[in-house]
Amino acid sequence: MRLRRIVQGLITDILRKSHYELFGLPERFSIDLAELQSAYRRLQAVVHPDRFAASGDAERRIAMQLATRVNEAYRTLADPGRRAAYLCERHGVALQAETNTAMAPEFLMQQMAWREALEEARQQRDTEVLAGLERALCDHRARLLEEIEAAIDRDHDHRRAADAVRRWMFVDRFGLEVAAAGEALAAA
Amino acid sequence: MALLQISEPGMSPEPHQRRLAVGIDLGTTNSLVATVRSSVPEVLPDEFGRPLLPSVVHYQPDGAVDVGHTAWECASRDPRNAIVSVKRFMGRGLGDARRFPTPYEFVEGPGMVRLRTVAGEKSPVEVSAEILKVLRLRAEAALDGELVGAVITVPAYFDDAQRQATKDAARLAGLSVLRLLNEPTAAAIAYGLDHGSEGLYAVYDLGGGTFDISILRLTRGVFEVIATGGDTMLGGDDFDRRLADWFMQANGLGELPPEDLRRLLKAARLAKEALTDHDETRIEARIGDAPYSTPVTAVQLREMTRDLLDRTLEAVRHAIRDAGVALAEIEGVVMVGGATRMPQVREAIGALLGKPPLIDLDPDEVVALGAAIQANLLAGNRSADEDWLLLDVIPLSLGLETMGGLVERIIPRNSTIPVARAQEFTTFKDGQTAMAIQVVQGERELVADCRSLARFELRGIPPMTAGAARIRVTFQVDADGLLSVTAREQSQGVEASVEVKPSYGLSDDEIARMLQESFGTAEVDMKARALREQQVEADRMLAATQGALEADGDLLDAGERALIESTMRALRAIAQQQDHLLIQAKLEDLARATEDFAARRMDRAVSQALSGRRLDDLG
Repeated sequence: MRLRRIVQGLITDILRKSHYELFGLPERFSIDLAELQSAYRRLQAVVHPDRFAASGDAERRIAMQLATRVNEAYRTLADPGRRAAYLCERHGVALQAETNTAMAPEFLMQQMAWREALEEARQQRDTEVLAGLERALCDHRARLLEEIEAAIDRDHDHRRAADAVRRWMFVDRFGLEVAAAGEALAAA
Repeated sequence: MALLQISEPGMSPEPHQRRLAVGIDLGTTNSLVATVRSSVPEVLPDEFGRPLLPSVVHYQPDGAVDVGHTAWECASRDPRNAIVSVKRFMGRGLGDARRFPTPYEFVEGPGMVRLRTVAGEKSPVEVSAEILKVLRLRAEAALDGELVGAVITVPAYFDDAQRQATKDAARLAGLSVLRLLNEPTAAAIAYGLDHGSEGLYAVYDLGGGTFDISILRLTRGVFEVIATGGDTMLGGDDFDRRLADWFMQANGLGELPPEDLRRLLKAARLAKEALTDHDETRIEARIGDAPYSTPVTAVQLREMTRDLLDRTLEAVRHAIRDAGVALAEIEGVVMVGGATRMPQVREAIGALLGKPPLIDLDPDEVVALGAAIQANLLAGNRSADEDWLLLDVIPLSLGLETMGGLVERIIPRNSTIPVARAQEFTTFKDGQTAMAIQVVQGERELVADCRSLARFELRGIPPMTAGAARIRVTFQVDADGLLSVTAREQSQGVEASVEVKPSYGLSDDEIARMLQESFGTAEVDMKARALREQQVEADRMLAATQGALEADGDLLDAGERALIESTMRALRAIAQQQDHLLIQAKLEDLARATEDFAARRMDRAVSQALSGRRLDDLG
């Protein structure tokens, strides 16, 4: 069918666009979140299946594919870790977060110190140690963001950025553990 | 139909062309239907002026089916055949169904429990369809016309099986589902929070059988559900049960026969309602042959149900934490469900969030009213200032079973839908040619603790050494929150692929069979219905095409436009005749004639959205 071909072309066209092109944003790590949000909503308002609720199945399926794509792009760009990983991959640097666990010795030392602090907070039921740990993680995140931004936007050094993103991912996961410990303490 | 309908803001059909659409709150205890007339949402009452339809279906030995008030009257006399709170069993297995003390005889059915009645075994889908059918007929009588569709609400916490079951029930009742809408979201729409309100809102919905808490973020024109939580096993009925238990203890009564229990629960509910405005009342019920009358105070009710209320408050705190916001950031809280009339509930929520809850609309009607507003919008009856979009999330994570009964999460909960996510898996043994895929929903790490949605096998994997195959499993969740799964082997370019709908959904054949059965005894003539459907469709297509020509006619040259217009004339000429096959043929002609135009319009809409023009300027 002709429509299918044309619409397929349209979908392919949208699928071929980068996440940045999709939202009409410059391809940089540092982005204007308000602008991203507004572009996301503008686009979603056009492609969302609710626009086609009274239409036939074919239209609804197309709308679903487009809306799915827009959601995925937004999810990737809205989160700094995912956004950085995406930019690294676009420049041929795969993160390989599962296999590549090599980290600088000082970061490994830092990890051990954090883990000890978390263990201590858990055993002593010490909410202050926990709060201190959360502050430290927060500071570290801010520093990592600056490092990633400099590596990608200023120096175009995606290998260095990927290294920082792996550390970011660790801090992110560890942050969840700390938050869970906080909830457990609050509940007890 | 090939025409892509891109509705324009400001393109509101003429009143006589308005498409009739309704919102339905399919509740555990009561159900309602509402519509928008002259821009005002209103609940449609029955012929006696009663807005609520008790969600009770009574099956009789001669095959007759009673729904609503009369069925509710029979509930005490014939408890096994008068099905109440059937919503609790939607999409649920035998184990879940038996968690409730009920008088029903359950039978294991394919994908879902069944109830044995004098009229035969009934699935919860069929029982719910009876309720929906009554509401559809009520609406068609009140609005004097065929419905183009309905928005049906479900608890935000409903999993995939429960949503699919609800959609199946609607199809069985002859309703076209425009959208399944989360109940709390509908409530927020009813309060007009989509107009002018910005910020975070909570919706506290304590209905008859379910408790939901949703945290919504409202921004210019957009509605996002950022977290949901709750308990599908907690509701106002549990407060009644507490009062009944207390009454039995106070009077030294042991286990009661079903009829007595039903009567007592009814008395307990009346007492609970009386305690909303009074400090004390009496629970009056006949047990066996003896009349009982036991005084109870509002303070006592508070004490005996404090833990139930606390469970809801804990869920509120949890949802707010999930949303990643602070209690103080919540701008307001909407109260939904009859049980929120209890003063202790309003006080507790007000105290927790530090502001008085919104209680202006009838808490029983608010969900149906919001659903009606959304239905009106989705059917295409709207004006420019009502243009807004509702973005939803899935309530529970979706995943797969991996080695050792562990869950590999594919789509985490609270992901905005529609969403698709893929993950690669590999074979475990050399030469393995098939792989069993178990789809689960839930937040726990072990498969045994999650709800199993589907199990299927991918066959035809080329034999390889263990770990060499690359099997890509894709989860797609649509805008109604319904899942489909695809698996594909791709390392050698061999496409062994299956697509499954989870097993509890009814197949098209089953729906057709059930429809045939119900039509066999009912007054509805299938052929007449097919004709009416084609006529409605013809009207819809003509209006949509006319609107498209007015909005984007510049995309066509004179010849193209003339062709479309002559095809429209041909359809209009026969649209009111009795030959549904002829109408169908002309409809197909129009669809073909507008394919190219539709695609150009879609293209234009997308590029306008991309080029950064404001939504308001579109069209």
